[in-house]
Amino acid sequence: MPYVAVKGGEKAIENAEALLKSQRRGDDNIAELSLEQIEQQLALSVDRVMAEGSLYDRKLAALAIKQSWGDLVEAIFLLRAYRTTLPRLYYSNPIDTNQMQIRRRISAIFKDIPGGQYLGPTYDYIHRLLDFKLIAESETPIPSTAPANHESIPRIVDTLDKEGLIQTEISATPEQTPFDLTRQPRKFPASRDARLQNLARADEGFLLSLAYSTQRGYGKNHPFAGEIRMGEVEVVIFPEELGFEVAIADITITEVQMVNQFQGNQDQPAQFTRGYGLTFGYNERKAMSMALVDRAMRAEELTETVTSPAQNIEFVMSHSDNVEAQGFVQHLKLPHYIDFQAELNMIRQIRQPKNHV
Amino acid sequence: MSNETGYNFGYLDEQTKRSIRRAILKAIAIPGHQIPFSSREMPMSYGWGTGGIQVTASVIGQNDVLKVIDQGADDTSNAVNIRRFFRKVCGVATTEKTAQATLIQTRHRIPETPLKAGQTIVYQVPIPEPLQWLQPSTRETKKMHALEDYGAMYVKLYEDITKYGHIATSYDYPVMVHDRYLMSPSPIPRFDNPKMNMNPALQLFGAGREKRIYAVPPYTKVESLDFADYPFTVERWDKACEFCGSRTSYLDEVVLDDAGKRMWICSDTDYCRESQEAGNGTFVEN
Repeated sequence: MPYVAVKGGEKAIENAEALLKSQRRGDDNIAELSLEQIEQQLALSVDRVMAEGSLYDRKLAALAIKQSWGDLVEAIFLLRAYRTTLPRLYYSNPIDTNQMQIRRRISAIFKDIPGGQYLGPTYDYIHRLLDFKLIAESETPIPSTAPANHESIPRIVDTLDKEGLIQTEISATPEQTPFDLTRQPRKFPASRDARLQNLARADEGFLLSLAYSTQRGYGKNHPFAGEIRMGEVEVVIFPEELGFEVAIADITITEVQMVNQFQGNQDQPAQFTRGYGLTFGYNERKAMSMALVDRAMRAEELTETVTSPAQNIEFVMSHSDNVEAQGFVQHLKLPHYIDFQAELNMIRQIRQPKNHV
Repeated sequence: MSNETGYNFGYLDEQTKRSIRRAILKAIAIPGHQIPFSSREMPMSYGWGTGGIQVTASVIGQNDVLKVIDQGADDTSNAVNIRRFFRKVCGVATTEKTAQATLIQTRHRIPETPLKAGQTIVYQVPIPEPLQWLQPSTRETKKMHALEDYGAMYVKLYEDITKYGHIATSYDYPVMVHDRYLMSPSPIPRFDNPKMNMNPALQLFGAGREKRIYAVPPYTKVESLDFADYPFTVERWDKACEFCGSRTSYLDEVVLDDAGKRMWICSDTDYCRESQEAGNGTFVEN
C-alpha cells in the first residue's frame, strides 16, 4: 500500500515520551540534579515558575523545572495543571506588606525615606562580567550583612496618600468576595481585581515588552518607582469554625508601587495616579512591568483615550497568559489536512477560468 | 474498569463537572449562544482540544462508549492521545465505530455515518466567536449578538463574491442556529455543515482556551449563510476514494511522490473501512 502519512499510534507517543525522559536526564555519568539544588541554586527560576504557575510551593516548582528539562514555560504549565485540581479551602486575609520582613527596599522618588533604603541581593549595580572562577567550584561566598530589620516599615507612597496627592486605592469591604480568575469565567469589561490576578500570572516577557511600549509612547503615563520592596510576609487565614486567625506560611513577595502622571479636573484637584505590581518570590522585573501595565490598563477608568495595546484591557488579558498562548501557537503542529484540503479545493475552484463573463 | 489512581472519574473534580454541566444546560436552552465557563488547565495544552475534553469529561458516564476522531480519523496521534487519556481517567469502553459510540469527540469533522438520536457529539473549538475576524473585541461581539447585528458577516461574504466570484470560506463556515444566533461550526469543512441541520444527535461545542461552551440541541435548524443568487454549496470531487470507491464522502488528498502524483481517500477512516467491508472498493494493490 503506497499510503504513508502522519498517522501516529499509541506506540509512537509512548516512544516519544521515553525518548524525552532519557534526553532530559542527559549523560548519566553526570550527577542528577536534586530538587534541593534547584530550589537553592536556581531560586529565581523557582520564583518565576511559582509566580506564573500561581502556586506558592518551592518544592513543586523545583520538581516542575526538573521535569520540564529547564523549560520554564513548560514548568509553569505543569504547576498550573496540578494547581487546578486542588480544592479551595480558605481565602487568606489580605497580606500586609507594611509588616514585611524586608530584604530589599528602594524608592526612586525621595533621596531619603523613613526606614531607609536597602539594596539587598540585586544585580542592579553588578558589572555583568562572566565570572570564569565559577567554572571551577567556587568558594562559599560570605555576605557582609547588616542585621535584618524586623520593625514594620510603612510604605513611602502612603505618605503621599496622607496629603491627598495620590489617588486613593479603594479597599474591598469584607463582604466582597474577590474575583477568582481560576474559578470564574473571564468577562469584559474586567474589574481591577480580575486584571491584577491576570497580570500576576501573566508571562513575564509579554508584560516586560508591553511595559516597555508604554515607556516609548504607546500609552505613556510618566512612571516613577515610588517603592519597590521584597521580603517575607505572613499569610493568615481565619477559619470561621475556629474563630481565630491562624498563620499558615511565610512567603517571599515583591511589591512595586508606581507613582504616575497626575490628573485633575474642575471637580478634583490634581493627583498622582498609581500602578501596582505584586508577585510571588523575588521577581522585580516582572513586578515593575506589572505595575506599568496595571496603570496603563486603568486608562478607561481615568477617562484617558485608549490608543495603545497596553491600555486595552481585553488585548492584555486575552494574550498575557503563556499557558494559553503556548498551547494555541503550538497547536498548529496538529494535523490540519482536512481544512487544508478544503482550502485547496477552494483555491482551485477560484482559479478555474470563468465560464461566462 | 479501574481509573488512574489519585484522580477523579473523568479527571475533573465533581464540583467542576457540575459547573460545566450547568453551562452545557444553559447552552442547550439557548441554541448557538456562547456561554462563558471557568475553563481549567488540563494536562494537555490549551488549543489541543481542552474545551472538548472538559465537555466530554463532564458528561461521560460509566456506561458510555467513546469514539475520538481528529480529521475524521481514529488513528491520528491527537485522537489516539485523547482516547488514551479518557481510557486512563475513566476506564470507559472506546470504539472506532460511529454507530456504536454513545459519545463522539471530534476535531475538524462530522462522521459520514449519520448520527442517531441519543448520541452526543462534542466538537473541539479553537475560536468560538464567528465574528472574531471582523471584530476582535468580545465586548463588541457580545453587543452584536445581542442586537442580532450580523450585517458585517454578510458584507464579508459579499466582498468575497466581488473579489473571487465565490464565497471564499472553505471551513468554519458561519451558520445561523434556530434563526437567531450566528455560530461557528468549529473548523469543520463546509462540506459537513449540512449535517448539523436537524441532526437527531445532541451537538456540544467546547472552547477551552476561550472559555466558552455552546450547543445545538437535537432537531434544531442550522443554516449556512448565503445569498439567494449565491446559494450555499458544498465541494465535490471528480474522484472516488482509492480504498472504498466512495463518491459521497469527504476526500483527503494524499501526495504520493514529488512528481505531483496524488490519490484521494476518505478522511473518515471508520466509514471507509465499513464501506470496504461491505464489498465496495476499487483499490488495486500496486
